[in-house]
Amino acid sequence: MPKPAEPLARLYQATVLEHSRQPHNFRRMERPDRQATGNNPLCGDQVTLFLREADGVVADISFDACGCAISLASSSMLTDLVRGLPPAEVQRLAREVAAAFNSPDGDLPGDLAALAGVRNYPARVRCATLPWRTLGAALEGSPSPVSTE
Amino acid sequence: MNAYSQPAGVTARDLLDVERIRRDFPILHQEINGYPLAYLDNAASYQRPRSVLDAIRHYYEHDHANVHRGVHALSHRATEAQEAGREAARRFLNAAERAEIIFTRGATEAINLVAYTLRETLQPGDEILISHMEHHSNIVPWQLACQRTGARLRVVPITRSGELRLDEFHRLLNRRTRLVAMAHVSNALGTVNPVAEITAAAHALGIPVLLDGAQAVAHQKVDVQGLGCDFYAFSGHKMCGPTGIGVLYGRREWLERLPPFQGGGDMILSVSFDHTEYNELPYKFEAGTPDVAGAVGLGAAIAYLEQVGMDRIAQHEAALLEQATRAIAALPGVQLIGEAQEKAGVLSFNIEGIHPHDLGTVLDHQGVAIRAGHHCAMPVMDFFGVGGTARASFAFYNTRREVDQLVAAVEVARRMLA
Ligand SMILES: Cc1ncc(COP(=O)(O)O)c(C=O)c1O
Repeated sequence: MPKPAEPLARLYQATVLEHSRQPHNFRRMERPDRQATGNNPLCGDQVTLFLREADGVVADISFDACGCAISLASSSMLTDLVRGLPPAEVQRLAREVAAAFNSPDGDLPGDLAALAGVRNYPARVRCATLPWRTLGAALEGSPSPVSTE
Repeated sequence: MNAYSQPAGVTARDLLDVERIRRDFPILHQEINGYPLAYLDNAASYQRPRSVLDAIRHYYEHDHANVHRGVHALSHRATEAQEAGREAARRFLNAAERAEIIFTRGATEAINLVAYTLRETLQPGDEILISHMEHHSNIVPWQLACQRTGARLRVVPITRSGELRLDEFHRLLNRRTRLVAMAHVSNALGTVNPVAEITAAAHALGIPVLLDGAQAVAHQKVDVQGLGCDFYAFSGHKMCGPTGIGVLYGRREWLERLPPFQGGGDMILSVSFDHTEYNELPYKFEAGTPDVAGAVGLGAAIAYLEQVGMDRIAQHEAALLEQATRAIAALPGVQLIGEAQEKAGVLSFNIEGIHPHDLGTVLDHQGVAIRAGHHCAMPVMDFFGVGGTARASFAFYNTRREVDQLVAAVEVARRMLA
């Protein structure tokens, strides 16, 4: 019998587990400038992003979520990557990352590279993309919650 | 180790020969990621024995035509084939007559049929009584009916162990109640509800009862006359039959009282532009060309279950559930969701620090198919304060070895992720 640890270790890499066990910027924000919630109705995962802008950049970003290790890690990494960027650039990044998760070899910046293994799990790709699609909605000021379906 | 704790009077002959049964299910014999498949997602959908697949194939190869339409031989045979499936369903539920068996697409459509047609009689102030452990398909149709009529949806609460609060049921049942709609067995918790008591109490006030039997029919013998219920809904695919077919049993008295559901061919006796006369039961509720092959497959599935024996099935599954419950509960950080006294087929649980979705992926990697999520019962998840659970659900073709495989796989997940 094969060792389950081998392919799985590629999905649940140490970097991913560190982010999911102790997510960065995991807190609600009082009076954010932008906020959006995303749902995955298939599994009940939910993520809410909070953004505050100052001097033309995202000065603070945080999130609240109820989700699996993949969506927590992806959200945590997102907050690290987005802080300090101008909104237009964030918008572009959100689009690129969502597309990269859905393509066989698109570039995943920063710690997100550790989540590349999720592409082998069609049912789990949306866990990784949920926070990024929610980010896009937050920037567009979309009033209704994002859904993966 | 003995495979079963045998009740007095039970001999080895009464036990189910699971290895022989498994030979009838082609799909079970495959590897997933190099592990033997342990299919423990039966509450979502069962697998089919070869006899069901053969029956459907035989029907299409030899007997197919439209039903009730042609004078020719094939139309006659197709009609006979469909009616044989209906007769099998009648026998399976012990309904009084075949006319009380309405074919639907599944349990969902069966419940919607009643909600849609009963709606005509609902008025503001009327009440529909359901429970907190219902599948979405036994919640949303009633919400829609209530929204359109001003009737009120009332919900019987459940206990921390996942049992119906019978005291609250009796309190909520009143003269404004127009229907009680309850799961016979809960898909998220495995709870077997005291449906005979529920039905008796409702009938004492003249209130009809619909039972959602989607999770019950594959696990125990159901006798609608014995239960006394007015409606009983189930799906073929959750009892070894095909997808796309299900049954609504309705007592004749009620089926005659309700207006038709959909309009079309087959459900009429005569049509003119100013008057249409509806067909007799059950055809009044079956508009359009039916799923004949589905009825054939359903009949074959029923024959298969009857041949294995519902008592033996119940006994085998109880042993698996007990083995799995004991082993999973013994792991550190485990929370069982649903610990009713009377349970069937389902083990829902969570492990501290592991999201059910991640658990599902790690288990899949080891060949173990379970369901992770809210199981279409979000109110149940809210009640227990969880986003979802991992759910292993058992069928009569599952083995003790598969339960061991489940437990070992959960251990791997715990070491990897918790
Ligand atoms: C208790 C219960 N009721 C109803 C349904 C709906 O069945 P179907 O989707 O086959 O119509 C299910 C399916 O999961 C169920 O478990």
